[in-house]
Amino acid sequence: MSWLDKKNLVAFATLGRDEPWTLANYRATGGYESWEKIIRGEISPEEIIDIVKASGLRGRGGAGFPTGLKWSFMPRNAPGQKYLVCNSDESEPGTCHDRDILRYNPHALIEGMAIAAYSMGATVAYNYIRGEFYAEPVPRFEAALREAYDAGLLGKRLRGSDIDFDLHMFVGAGAYICGEETGLLESLEGKPGKPRFKPPFPAHYGLYGRPTTVNNTYTLASVPTILRKGAEWFADLGPEKSGGTAIYSVSGHVEKPGNYELPMGIPFRELLEICGGVLGGKKLKAVIPGGSSVPVVPAEIIMDLNMDYDSLSEAGSALGTGAVVVMDETTCMVSMLERISRFYFAESCGQCTPCREGTGWLNRMILRIMDGRGQAEDLDMLVNVANKIEGHTICALGDAAAWPVQSFIKHYRHEFQYMIEHGGKSIVEAKGRAAA
Amino acid sequence: MSDDDIKIEVNGVPMSARKGQMIIQVTDPAGVYIPRFCYHDKLSIAANCRMCLVEVEKAPKPLPACATPVTDGMKVFTKSAAAIAAQKATMEFLLINHPLDCPICDQGGECELQDLAMGFGRDVSRYNERKRVVADKDIGPLVSTDMTRCIHCTRCVRFTEEIAGLQELGTLGRGENMEIGTYIERSVDHELSGNVIDLCPVGALNSRPFRFRARSWEMMQQATVSPHDSVGSNLFAHTMHGKLLRVVPRPNEALNETWIADRDRFSYAGIYTDDRLETPVFRVDGEFRPTDWATALQRVATRLGETAKEGSLGVLAAPGATLEEHYLLQKLARDLGSNNIDHRLHAMDLGDDDNDPPFPWLGAAVAELESADAVLVVGSHIRHEVPVLAHRLRKAGLAGSQINFLNPAGFEYLFPVHEYAETPLSQLQPQLVALLGAVEAVTGRRSELAVDRGAISDAHRRIADSLMSGDKSHVVLGHLATRHPGYSKLRAIATEIARLVGATMGYIPESCNAAGAYMAGVVPHRAPGGKPVAEPGRNARQMLAEACDAYVLLGFEPQHDTAEGQAAIETLRGASFVVMLASWLDPTAIEYADVILPIGTFAETAGTYVNMQGDQQSFSGVAEPVGDARPGWKVLRVLGNQLELDGYEYNNAAEVLAAANADIGVMRPDNTIARSPAINGAQYSEAEMPRPSRIYGIDPLVRRARPLQRTRDAKRTADR
Repeated sequence: MSWLDKKNLVAFATLGRDEPWTLANYRATGGYESWEKIIRGEISPEEIIDIVKASGLRGRGGAGFPTGLKWSFMPRNAPGQKYLVCNSDESEPGTCHDRDILRYNPHALIEGMAIAAYSMGATVAYNYIRGEFYAEPVPRFEAALREAYDAGLLGKRLRGSDIDFDLHMFVGAGAYICGEETGLLESLEGKPGKPRFKPPFPAHYGLYGRPTTVNNTYTLASVPTILRKGAEWFADLGPEKSGGTAIYSVSGHVEKPGNYELPMGIPFRELLEICGGVLGGKKLKAVIPGGSSVPVVPAEIIMDLNMDYDSLSEAGSALGTGAVVVMDETTCMVSMLERISRFYFAESCGQCTPCREGTGWLNRMILRIMDGRGQAEDLDMLVNVANKIEGHTICALGDAAAWPVQSFIKHYRHEFQYMIEHGGKSIVEAKGRAAA
Repeated sequence: MSDDDIKIEVNGVPMSARKGQMIIQVTDPAGVYIPRFCYHDKLSIAANCRMCLVEVEKAPKPLPACATPVTDGMKVFTKSAAAIAAQKATMEFLLINHPLDCPICDQGGECELQDLAMGFGRDVSRYNERKRVVADKDIGPLVSTDMTRCIHCTRCVRFTEEIAGLQELGTLGRGENMEIGTYIERSVDHELSGNVIDLCPVGALNSRPFRFRARSWEMMQQATVSPHDSVGSNLFAHTMHGKLLRVVPRPNEALNETWIADRDRFSYAGIYTDDRLETPVFRVDGEFRPTDWATALQRVATRLGETAKEGSLGVLAAPGATLEEHYLLQKLARDLGSNNIDHRLHAMDLGDDDNDPPFPWLGAAVAELESADAVLVVGSHIRHEVPVLAHRLRKAGLAGSQINFLNPAGFEYLFPVHEYAETPLSQLQPQLVALLGAVEAVTGRRSELAVDRGAISDAHRRIADSLMSGDKSHVVLGHLATRHPGYSKLRAIATEIARLVGATMGYIPESCNAAGAYMAGVVPHRAPGGKPVAEPGRNARQMLAEACDAYVLLGFEPQHDTAEGQAAIETLRGASFVVMLASWLDPTAIEYADVILPIGTFAETAGTYVNMQGDQQSFSGVAEPVGDARPGWKVLRVLGNQLELDGYEYNNAAEVLAAANADIGVMRPDNTIARSPAINGAQYSEAEMPRPSRIYGIDPLVRRARPLQRTRDAKRTADR
C-alpha cells in the first residue's frame, strides 16, 4: 500500500479543497452523516462505544490511552450534568497537529465531540483552546461552531429528537500545564492551572465536580470517520492494538518539515524520506519521536523502528503526541537538553515540591556545565535528581522534565563529559573545526 | 461490621479503616507517624508537599498517604526502603531553596521542617546553585513574614479560604517563582487570621509581636483559658522568667477546636504596658501617690467598715473577673450588709429581674451548633462578639444549616446566610413580635403574649419556616439584644418563639465569665447558687445612675465598660469613697477613685471561668504578677481579714473555688423565665441604642494590646 494514499486521511480529509474548513466542504467528505444518523436514533450510545473500542483508537494527546475504554468509565446513566471537554491546549514542544485540525477541519472536531458526548450522556461540552491560537485557529473554530448551530446540528432537542448538545469554546491563557487534563479543568473553572491529585479521576469528579471526560482534539476529530468507515477499516490502518493514522508533526533538521497524516506505524525510515530526508543531506544524530518530554532515540536505533505506540515504547521511548524532532550531527545535545529543561522549569506550576524545586535545579546544573563550571559528578547528580522527580509528583510534568535528562545522558554522556572536561566547549564545535 | 469497614495492613500490622479514609487518617490515630507538611486535618487535602509518600503494594510509584484512599486488603509500607527514599528525596528538594537561618528564625526549635530534616535530611547539601530569595510581605501588625522560608504547602491559603471564609492569601506566579501573597499589598484582616502562624510549618509566617523575644525551648508552656469571650477558648501560655511572651491555642474540639481568635492570641501584649499599676495608690490633692499594701488595705477596710455601719455600699464587678473573685466579692458585699452588687455593666434594662433566668447560657453546647438544622441569631455582631462561635456557625452554614439573623444592617458573614432580616436596633422589639406572629402562623400555635403582632414580612415567614425545618434549631440572643433597653421584653418574646418552634433558647454571655457571675451571685437579687435574697439590692444601672456612699469596682473601666460611661463617672464622683481593684492606672480614675489596688491579669492569677455552655474551666497563674500586683482573690481575702469578717481563711484559689461551689450547690445552666412580662409598644430612639462592641475594645486588657489596636478592625470600629 502507498503510505500517501489520500483515502487513508482521517483528520485531514478536507485538505486539498478550497477553504477546507467550511461546512460544505466537510459535508462533501461525508461529514455529519454519523451525527445525523445518531439524531435519527439509528445508533445507540453503547454501539458507539463498542465501535470506538473495536477501532483501536488511542488518545492522541500523548498518553495513548484506549479511547473507547475511557468513555466506558463515564457513569453514563447517573443523574445530573456530565461534561465532555476537548483538550485543544496543544503545548508540547514540537507538536502542531491540533492547530491544523482547528484551522482546516474544525467540523470534524465538532462532529466528533457531539458523538462522543452523546455516547457518554454529556449534553454540554467545552473546547479548551490554547491562548496562542488566538490568531487563526480560534476564529476558524468559532466560525465553524456558528455554522453548525445555524445548520441545526447543535443545540437543544435537535431536529425534534430528545438529544441536547451544546458546545462552548474557551480560550486559555498560555500555560503548558493547562494541557494536563485536571490542570485544564481547573483553568476552565477560572482557577490557576494546577493539576488535581487523582483519584478522584475526572470521570467521577471533573469539571465543577461533575463526571467529565477529557479527550484530545485529534482523538475526537478521528471519531466521525471511524463511525462512517467502520472500526475495521480504521483498525487496519495501524498495527495491532493501535488503529488509525497518526499526524506526525515533523520539525528540526529535515528538508520538508510539517504535519503528515500517515497510517500509524510507518517505519521512521519512510517518514524521513517523505519529509525529504535530513536537511542538507547531513547525517542524522537523534530523534525525539513524540514531543520534547519523551526520551530521545539515537539515529541508529530509530532508523529501524516503526512509529507507533508499542514499537517506540519497546525501544524505551514513546509516540507521545507524534511530534518528531529531528536532529542532525551538528546538534549539541547539551544545549538541546538545556533548552528542553528550561522549558519544563518555566512551565512547572509550582504546587508540588519535587517539580517546583527540581526543574530549576536541573536547568541550573546544565547551565553551569555550559558555562564551563561543570564537575565530573554533575552527570550522576543530574540523573539522580531527575530520578527523584520522576514518579513523585501530582501530574506527569515531573516525569516529562525527568525523561529527557535521563535519556540524553544515557545516550550522549560523552558529549556532557567532553563539555565538563573542556571548560564548556561543545564536542560538536570541536568536531566542526576538525572537519574544516 | 458494616460494608464501609475494611482492613488494611500498615508495616505488617493489621488496622481497621473506613472506606473513603485516606491512608494518613488511618495511620495517625494508630500512632504510626508519616511525615507531612501540607496535610492538616482541618483543611482540605492538597497533596502538594509530597513528604508523605509511602509505598503501597502493587502501586508502581510511591503514593501520598494524605490523598490515597484506603482499599480493602491494601498493604502500606511507611518505612520501607522505597518509602524512605521518596521521603528523603522530597526533603532534599524542600531544603535546597530553604535558607539556613535557623539560628535567627523564631520557628527554630518548633519547626516542622527542622524536625523532619533531622530524620530525613542530609548533613551536607548537594545543591551548589543560587538559592531563591523572596521579598517579604507586610500583611499587618499580627503576622510577620519571612517568605524566603516558605515551602509552599499552602496551609495558610487554604485556611483563609476554607476556615476564615475570606481568601486573603493566595499563590501568585508559578513554578519556582510561586509566592504566597495578597496580590495587591494589603493586610490580612480576618479576626482568626493569626492561626496561620500555627499552621505554617516553617518560619515564613510568625507572630509579629513575639518576633525575636525568645527561643521556644527557653519558655515554659502552661495551660490557661481565654479571658475575652464566653466560649472559653483553651490556650497555652508560653512564659519565660515569669513573663507571658506568647499565647497559642490548646486544642479542644468541644470549644475552640484548634483555632483561637486573634484577640485571644495577642491580647497578652496588654499585660506589660507603661500604665500597668505596680503598687497600690491613693489620691491626694488631685493626684495618685504610691503606697504600700498594708496602708492601702487598712485605709480601704476602715472606709468600707464605716460605710457598712452607716451608708450605702455599691459593688460592681467586670463579667470577666474569675469565679473566685466574683464569689469573694459578693461574700464581702453581703457580709458588709449590702446586696448592691452586679456584673451586668452594659445592661440598660434590668427591670424584670424577677424573671431573670437563673443561669443564662447558650442553650446548647458550642459544638452542637455545628449540626443544627436552623439557628436564629438576634442582635449580635457575632464575629466580633465571639469569633470562634461565629466560626461554628459558618461551618454549620456551609454544611447546610439554615442560619438566620435579625440584626442591624452591615454585619458581614462569610457563609451562605439563609435569611438576614435587617432592622434598626430601635425596631428590634416590633420585628421580633412580627416574627412571633409568623411563627404562630407556621406552627398553628398561639402565644399568650398580648401584643399586636404588627406587619409580618416575607423575611419573618422565611425565618419561621426555617426554624420549623428540622428537629434541631436554636435561638440565640447576642449582646445587642442583652444590652438593649427593651431586653427583658426581647427575652420574653424570643423565649416564646423558641418554645413554639421547639428550639433551644440561648444567650451569648458577656465577656468570659458572666455565667460564673450569675452562679456566684454577683447580682443584686440572688445569692450564690441563684438562691433568692430577702431584700434585693440595687442593680448596676441604679448604682451607676445614683451614687452610693462608697463603691468597690473590680476589673473594669467605667467610661468604656458600662452602658453609659460618662454618666457613670459623674455618679461615681458623687460617692465619698471609691476603691478600684484594677491592673492598670486608668487616667480618668483620678476623677472618682480614692484608692486603687493593683491586681493581676488573667495571666497572673489562678482562677475559674464559666463559659457559655456552663463548663467551669480552672487555670493556674502562668506569669509572675507585675510589680506588687496580687491576684484579685488574695486581695479580697485579705480585705475580709482586715474587716475582721469570718471565713476568709483561704490559702489558695482552689479553696476559694471549693467554698464557692459548696455555697452554689448543684446548679445547671438554665434559661427559664418565670413568666412573661407585659409587652407594651415601647418606642425607642436610635440614639439610646447600644453600639456594637468593638472587637478590640471589649475589656481593659484588649484595649491595651498594641498589636490588636493597630489592626484594621480596631481602626474601623474606633468610633464606637
